[in-house]
Amino acid sequence: MTAALQVEALVKRYRPDRQPAVDGLTFTMPRGATWGLLGGNGAGKTTTIAMLLGLLKPSSGRILALGHDMARDRFAALARMNFSSPYIALPHRLTVAENLRVYGHLYGVERLEARIIELAEELNLSDLLARPAGELSAGQKTRVALAKSLINKPDLLLLDEPTASLDPDTADQMRGWLERYRAISGCAILLASHNMAEVERLCGHVLMLRRGVVVDHGAPAELIARYGRDNLEEVFLDIARAPHEVAAP
Amino acid sequence: MMRRIWGLMYRHLALYRRSMPRLIELMYWPILQMVVWGFITAYLAGEQNNVASAAAGVLLGGVLLWEAALRSQMGFSLSFLEEMWSRNLGHIFVSPLRPRELVLALMALALARTLVAVLPAMVLAWALYGFNILNLGPALVGFFAALVIMGWAVALGVTSLILRFGQGAEALAWSVLFGITPFAAVFYPVSVLPAWLQPVAYALPAAHVFEGMRAALLEGRFDAGHMAAAFALDALWLAFMGWVFLSQLEASRDRGALLNIGE
Repeated sequence: MTAALQVEALVKRYRPDRQPAVDGLTFTMPRGATWGLLGGNGAGKTTTIAMLLGLLKPSSGRILALGHDMARDRFAALARMNFSSPYIALPHRLTVAENLRVYGHLYGVERLEARIIELAEELNLSDLLARPAGELSAGQKTRVALAKSLINKPDLLLLDEPTASLDPDTADQMRGWLERYRAISGCAILLASHNMAEVERLCGHVLMLRRGVVVDHGAPAELIARYGRDNLEEVFLDIARAPHEVAAP
Repeated sequence: MMRRIWGLMYRHLALYRRSMPRLIELMYWPILQMVVWGFITAYLAGEQNNVASAAAGVLLGGVLLWEAALRSQMGFSLSFLEEMWSRNLGHIFVSPLRPRELVLALMALALARTLVAVLPAMVLAWALYGFNILNLGPALVGFFAALVIMGWAVALGVTSLILRFGQGAEALAWSVLFGITPFAAVFYPVSVLPAWLQPVAYALPAAHVFEGMRAALLEGRFDAGHMAAAFALDALWLAFMGWVFLSQLEASRDRGALLNIGE
C-alpha cells in the first residue's frame, strides 16, 4: 500500500536572497497514522501544509499524496484529501447546511444530503444547519469547519491548529471526534498545533521543525524520554531554544 | 466536472435566493441608466421625426447592449472578489475544483447576473419609451453573446491583476470597462474617432457589435462581417486573458500569494 504522504527533499525559498522557509524536508507518513508538525512561529509549518495542499509550489523536491504526484496530478489527490484551519473562513452569509452542500458538490460527494445529516448528528450540528455560519460562536464555527473537512470522507486530513480558540470542553470533544474518525476510516491525519497536550494525545509521531528543517522526530513518549523531560511542551522549549543536529526522519 | 462547477455556482445563487436587496442591486444600475438615457433620447427626439427616432433607438440599443458587457464583466469579477472578501479562496483552491472549472463557474454566474440585470431594463425601454430591442431580430442574440464574452475576457484580466497585486487592484472591477467605453463605439460610429484611434476601436469586439447594431437599426441589414469579427476577437481576447489568468494563478502559487490573498 502506498504511503499517505511521501515527501522528498522539499524546499521552499520565497526569495533567492533569503533563507528557505522549508529546507530539505523529507518524511514518509503511513496511512492511518496521525502525525504532528510542531515548531515555533516561522518554523515552516504553514508553508509545509500549503505545499502539501498544492496551494504553494515547492522550489524543489517532491510530494506524493496518496500516491499522486502533487506537481502533476494534484487534483486527483485533492479529491481524497481535506483541510481545516480556523484562519480560513467559510462564507459567513451561507447557512451551515448550504456551506456543507457547496463543499459536498466541490468534492463530488455521493448522497450528499444524507452525508450532511450524518455529519450534523456526529458533530452536534443538527440545530445549527439552518443558521448562517457568520452568526455562530468560535466553537460552533470550528465544528462546522471540521464537518466541512470530513464531508468527502478524506483519506488524508490536514489540520492547522484544529482546536485554536476553543474552550477546553469543546477542544476535548473535537479531539474525540478526530480519534473516532481516524479509527473508523483509517484516515491519515497531519496536524500542526501549538497545543502540546493535544499532540501528545492524538499523534503517534511528531516532526519538530525549526527554521524550515526537521531538527528531531519520533513518538511523543520517545522524545520526552530522549530529552529527559516530563512532557512534550518541555521538549518543544528545549528544541526551540537550543541548536540541534538535524535528524533524518 | 459539472458537479464542481455547480458547487461554486450554488454558493453564490444560494445568497441571491434569500436576499432581495442583492437582487435589486443587480437590476438597479441598468434600470437607472435606461431611465436617464431614455429621457435624454426622448428630449433629443423632439418632434419624433423619423431620423430622430432612429437615432434615439441607436442610443437606447447602445445603452442596453453595453450594459450586457458591463454586467458580465462585473458579475465575473465580483463573484471572484466575494470569495476573496469572505476569505474562502483558500478552501476553494485546495478543493478538487480545477482552475478552468473555476473560470467556467464564474462565467456562468456572470451570465446569470447579466440576464437578471439587463432583462428588466429591456422591458422598461419598451414600456416607457416604446423601444423594442427585439426589433434587432435574431442578431440580438449574437450581439448580446459577443458582449457577454467580451465582459468575461476583461474580467479575466481584472482577476489576474487582483491575483498579482491583491486588493489594491479591486477598484478595477468597477471601473475598467468604463475606461474602454470611448473606444467601443457604443454611442457613435468608429468613423467619428480620429484615424489613429480607429484600429484600437476595431481591436475591440464591442466596436464591431455596435457597428453591426447601427447597421441593423438604421439600415435594416445584418452585417455578417462585423458579427464574425466580434466573435473572432472574442475568441482571441478570451484565449489571451485565459492564458494570463492561468499564468498569474501559477505565479501566485509560486509566490505564496494564495496563502494570504484577501487579508
